[in-house]
Amino acid sequence: MINFLSWVLLLSGCFCVLISAIGLIRMPDLFTRMHAAGVGDTLGAILVIAGLMLQAGPTLLLAKLVLIMFFLLFTGPTACHALAKAALAGGEKPLLDDNNQ
Amino acid sequence: MPPLSAIVKPTTTNHQGILTISTGPTSDNRWLHAISLALTMAVIWFLLSGHTEPLILGLGAASILSITWLALRMDLIDREGHPIHLTFRAPMFWVWLGWEIVKSNLQVMKIILYPKLPISPRMFRVPVSQKTDIGRVLYANSITLTPGTISLRVNEHDIEVHALTQAGEDGLKDGKMDRLVTNVEGEQ
Amino acid sequence: MMFFVTVIALFPAMFLALGRAIVGPTLYDRVLAVNSFGTFTVLMIAVLGFMTDQTDFVDIALTYALINFIGTIAVLKFFVVGDFGYEEQRDQ
Repeated sequence: MINFLSWVLLLSGCFCVLISAIGLIRMPDLFTRMHAAGVGDTLGAILVIAGLMLQAGPTLLLAKLVLIMFFLLFTGPTACHALAKAALAGGEKPLLDDNNQ
Repeated sequence: MPPLSAIVKPTTTNHQGILTISTGPTSDNRWLHAISLALTMAVIWFLLSGHTEPLILGLGAASILSITWLALRMDLIDREGHPIHLTFRAPMFWVWLGWEIVKSNLQVMKIILYPKLPISPRMFRVPVSQKTDIGRVLYANSITLTPGTISLRVNEHDIEVHALTQAGEDGLKDGKMDRLVTNVEGEQ
Repeated sequence: MMFFVTVIALFPAMFLALGRAIVGPTLYDRVLAVNSFGTFTVLMIAVLGFMTDQTDFVDIALTYALINFIGTIAVLKFFVVGDFGYEEQRDQ
């Protein structure tokens, strides 16, 4: 049962990561690519690590995996925000829709 | 016991040499924050090492004590640096935020896989109602954590947001996340 | 078996991220792609540790997550400010 759940979590996590990478290639400009990268950084990482957590069982390993997950969730948005701010300061113009502004 | 905070930190000078006086609850809870920082570090140290030999435990305790001392000396321990007051209200918010992350992730994944790539990127501003820096950071990070919206610039009154679709803009503008973050922050 | 499948499934994603880092038109695209690549690498190291039953790999994954974040911030700071140091002049 746990093995089955672990399979499901790991495979759906890989699916999210793969779609995020496809989005990195397909999206037209920097800021939209950042949205695509966010998919892999949040849901992809959460699902893969949750799948590993089920395999680890109640040991110290579980605590380490929890720490990795929280670390990724705290630093992901910070790095993303820093990147967006640096790109705007560096004169990068976001691509906007025509009927909006 | 005399108020230790009065001895250690009556006034401080910043790096430009201008005298600033520390006020408010920051200096009162200084020792409480130091103890909680040391305990947090001890728990994390044990979880990461898993050793129980006396020598290794002693080395761990020594490093924790020296880091706490350094943090006290560098004046890094305050409400903002180690926010224990947020801990008790946060779990319910995390559960809500987790559900939001799953929902917005599914939307963005659908957009990426759709052959015509139906995006309409837009920039707009949302007002913030948080009063402290840490509340605004929490709000901006929550916005970025849900894919489909990214916070670009933050100031005291509003956050500039880049959204991928109209739905993302609408979801943010109804102000539910803002209210919940203010609730977690709990400052009046 | 399940870890092996996961590792194989992570490979194409890493290749695509690497492709964006190489093509990238601007510097910021490359930094973004490298950051994503780092996140995928953290996941892959953790899964590889489980696959080979060497759970010490999880510690390496944790360290890699830390270094990935600090490296991204350092690169951005270097290209925006042009310097890793702190300039007091800028605050005044």
